[in-house]
Amino acid sequence: MAVEEKNTRCQVGLTGNSAVAYAMKQINPDVVAAYPITPSTGVMEEFSSYHADGKVDTELITVESEHSAMSACVGAAAAGARVMTATSSQGLALMWEVLYIASGMRLPIVLACVNRALSAPINIHCDHSDSMGARDSGWIQLYSETVQEAYDNMLQAVRIAEHPDVLLPVMICLDGFITSHAIENLCTLSDSEIKEFIGQYKPRHSLLDTDNPVTFGALTLQDNYIEIKRQQSQAMDMAKDVILSVGKDFEDSFGREYGFLESYRMEGADVAIVILSSAAGTTKVAVDELRRSGKNVGLVRPRVFRPFPYKELSEELKGVKAVAVLDRVDSMSSFGGPLFVETRSAMYGLENAPAVIGRVFGLGGRDYRVADAVDVFELLLNIKDTGNVDKVVDYITVRE
Amino acid sequence: MSEKEEKKKGWKDLPIGGVLLIPGSAHDYSTGGWRKFRPILDEEKCTDCKICWVMCPDSAVKVEDGKMVGFDLEHCKGCGICAVECPDKVKAITMVEEEENK
Repeated sequence: MAVEEKNTRCQVGLTGNSAVAYAMKQINPDVVAAYPITPSTGVMEEFSSYHADGKVDTELITVESEHSAMSACVGAAAAGARVMTATSSQGLALMWEVLYIASGMRLPIVLACVNRALSAPINIHCDHSDSMGARDSGWIQLYSETVQEAYDNMLQAVRIAEHPDVLLPVMICLDGFITSHAIENLCTLSDSEIKEFIGQYKPRHSLLDTDNPVTFGALTLQDNYIEIKRQQSQAMDMAKDVILSVGKDFEDSFGREYGFLESYRMEGADVAIVILSSAAGTTKVAVDELRRSGKNVGLVRPRVFRPFPYKELSEELKGVKAVAVLDRVDSMSSFGGPLFVETRSAMYGLENAPAVIGRVFGLGGRDYRVADAVDVFELLLNIKDTGNVDKVVDYITVRE
Repeated sequence: MSEKEEKKKGWKDLPIGGVLLIPGSAHDYSTGGWRKFRPILDEEKCTDCKICWVMCPDSAVKVEDGKMVGFDLEHCKGCGICAVECPDKVKAITMVEEEENK
């Protein structure tokens, strides 16, 4: 089912996958290389329909594995093409070594990661094991709460990735099934608005430019390797300003606001939950319930995980007494999940730093209900009152 | 600007992503330092069949005016393929430990 050409604005009901595929169709990238995997299959299924119907000019490469998909993306991007792909779970895991090559070669590829648990045991449902495992691969990561945000993030990702100060690949994450397969109302933009917003991609170098031949990925040993990695680290740092300026431009053009993080009812909050993606929506309902009964609770939802907005996050949380960071992934380090570890580290050194606890939840698609969020808030309020932290890290939504 | 000059540049001045902007510059990058065994040519025995030149995985067998004249030790990594491939009746190349040859 392809979305109608006419601009229906804010009356479009789409699944997350459809919205991502529609964004890709509107971006009209030069090359898409992909291999289907649940739950991201719908993205490629619909995009290949656009391709078959002649709605895009894209060269669609149907490869035999995700390792090949990302390799084809790398080759096409080095040739100077605007390149996109989509995957999930084991697919992202199979792309692993090539993810580092994409970022190391500074190729602005955009990947939609529809978050799904990793085997074993095999499971097709949502958690963040896949993208969080790739958190040190040098990709920018944006986590989407809603279908609207997934759509908007895709559009902004192109601008962020291709910015001359950045030139890094961007991973747009949305929750498998919860967001990818649920229909939400959203505002789409017209093709011409998107064309104007993303502009034309002018690659620094192209392997197809035989008048100016270059070599990508040459042997770089003790004499230069650390300098090239230092550049890459700088690009990730520079991405912070670019993410904000692209977000501002998006807001000025289309009215929806995007920054590093979303704060929800943090005014005067005593305690807060930090959580990514769709589970923030559930948590907001709990915040509203508790606020109605006079409890000062709030939510901070990082939209950007790479680069990690540690200053902004600690600034946002410095006034509260206790924070729970909820990870839909376990680092298997015996010290909680990655969002917890990094948030807690960002708070270190603050005067009167709040207690920060970590809770792993929702692995393999286990439901995270409003009641679960309320329980965490009640625990935080108890920590605030008593100062006692019984367990720094633990699981919730698990049978004991 | 040669690759050798580029090596001294700081991270802010090196090409983004380590892209090489000069074609054919591998020649300027010395990789012979890895070598453990050095090929030694016995010119008396060599028949100029140039099988070693064909088989060298680098371009470290030097040929001038159709004649095998020795090795480019800036790039020879001492793999010894040339010595193995040199025909049994000729065996003009022997591999000698670098340390012993210094």
